[in-house]
Amino acid sequence: MSYVTGIDVGSTYTKAVILDENNEMVGRGMTNTSFKLEEAARRAYQLALEQAGLQEADIAYIVATGFGRHQIPFRDVNVTDLTASSFGASFLYPNTSTILDVGGQTMKAIRLDGNQRVKSFRLNDKCAAGTGAFLEKTARYLGYSTEEIGTLAATSKTAVPISGVCAVFAESEVINHLSQGAAPADIMYGSIISLVDRSVQLMKRVRMEPEFTLIGGILRFSSMAKVVREQLNTEVNVPEGDLVQFTTALGAAILGQRRLKKLQEAKADQETIEDKSLAET
Amino acid sequence: MAYAAGVDVGSTQTKAIIVNENEEIVSRALVDTGANVVQAAENAFREVLISGDVREEEVEFVVGTGYGRYRVTFGNTQVTEISCHARGAIKMFPNTHTVIDMGGQDTKAIRVSPTGEVLDFCMNDKCAAGTGRFLGAASMALEIPLDNLGPTALLAEKPVRISTTCTVFAESEVLSWLGKGKKIEDILLGVHQSIASRSVGLLRRVGIEEEITFTGGVAKNVGMIKALEDNLEMKLNVSPDSHYMGALGAALFALDHIISKRAPLTA
Repeated sequence: MSYVTGIDVGSTYTKAVILDENNEMVGRGMTNTSFKLEEAARRAYQLALEQAGLQEADIAYIVATGFGRHQIPFRDVNVTDLTASSFGASFLYPNTSTILDVGGQTMKAIRLDGNQRVKSFRLNDKCAAGTGAFLEKTARYLGYSTEEIGTLAATSKTAVPISGVCAVFAESEVINHLSQGAAPADIMYGSIISLVDRSVQLMKRVRMEPEFTLIGGILRFSSMAKVVREQLNTEVNVPEGDLVQFTTALGAAILGQRRLKKLQEAKADQETIEDKSLAET
Repeated sequence: MAYAAGVDVGSTQTKAIIVNENEEIVSRALVDTGANVVQAAENAFREVLISGDVREEEVEFVVGTGYGRYRVTFGNTQVTEISCHARGAIKMFPNTHTVIDMGGQDTKAIRVSPTGEVLDFCMNDKCAAGTGRFLGAASMALEIPLDNLGPTALLAEKPVRISTTCTVFAESEVLSWLGKGKKIEDILLGVHQSIASRSVGLLRRVGIEEEITFTGGVAKNVGMIKALEDNLEMKLNVSPDSHYMGALGAALFALDHIISKRAPLTA
């Protein structure tokens, strides 16, 4: 059996996925990225190995992706997160044409060319108001943790409009709304709507087309996908459960399997040639 | 003796000044703005009365300024903080042509005429990058009190180049430099330089003309003064009362009002 691992070192979390040669997921691991990227990659890798019941020696190929991909010395190769996300999303939803990836510190819109290749992309990693950090900050100003964002927003009846211009200035906005008696859930929901507005702007810039596939850590909050659906007025694909967070690592692993097969074929060809030449002599 | 007062309700701190008829500062007061803006304005006013030993009825006119100027419920009128900072800066440094006001949540570049009239201004109020909040984020991340940031930055030998624009991301960048073993003072000077370069960008948009007067709460920070002076390659006017400049301007506008009412024009 040839196993491959895809490791996605993201701004907030590092994810690892192990695939067998039939592209079946046999192990996953996730950990906080923090500042020591190599350590985070190793931790996520070990967690995935444990889940799969495998040893490092069983892994034939490692593909690194994400912003920290260059800092993983034990990788075989690295690919950009745009390419990895495209492969991951297309593997799960073959008709994907537009991908929205919302992570902790970046937001990306990717348009595919119909052959699972990146045709164009736009990204925001300059301003926190257009990333998951905006929701995290709002939650913190409201006195909630990041993990509570989803459940909090789900109880909202009517969203409070949040300008979403700056994640820092949002603090005064949130405090003003709270002092005027707004419910935390409605403020949270308003922030999600504001983030989705920004996502739609980004997707427009890559000339979005259905089908849409939404990935990234922020999509684990179901309100986020719900608001995207409402704003685009169309159905969207969202990988189930925490798979939204693993889609890019999965894509990296799929690329790894493909690459490994080519390498093995090349090697087999080489061996056949060598056998022939041996037989001829 | 008649007195005039100015109350400057800023995003972080509320300042009050009382001046006498000779445009001399009688007293100053400073309180944290907090969540209750109306209360903050009242507290600052009460404190400035006490510290100046002035009775409320002796203050003939009060001007409110700052982002919370409409919450100065006892104020007679409001004037924008841009006009007030320009007025205050000209009073302190009569040769001022350009004012850079750096506060807790916004930074303003103002070009003024010799009479204190605002000719042009430009402000950073849509995004917290390049404002005092950037220093607040660094102070939190490095666990250094705000007042020590400037002096610490001055000890730097090799400033770190801060690449992020957003204040939120800057906090993680600061921590990541710390994780890479950079010295705190080098990181801090980098933070100050990054804010300075954004502020100079604002100044260029209104046109830089000497003399430049630096006002607002951040003007108390020696590291920021140094970073701006290095970037601009010129000296800045900085008054020990820099953070009261808006309140002083407001008080002077209040005094104008008192005097204009008192001496009706005779044709």
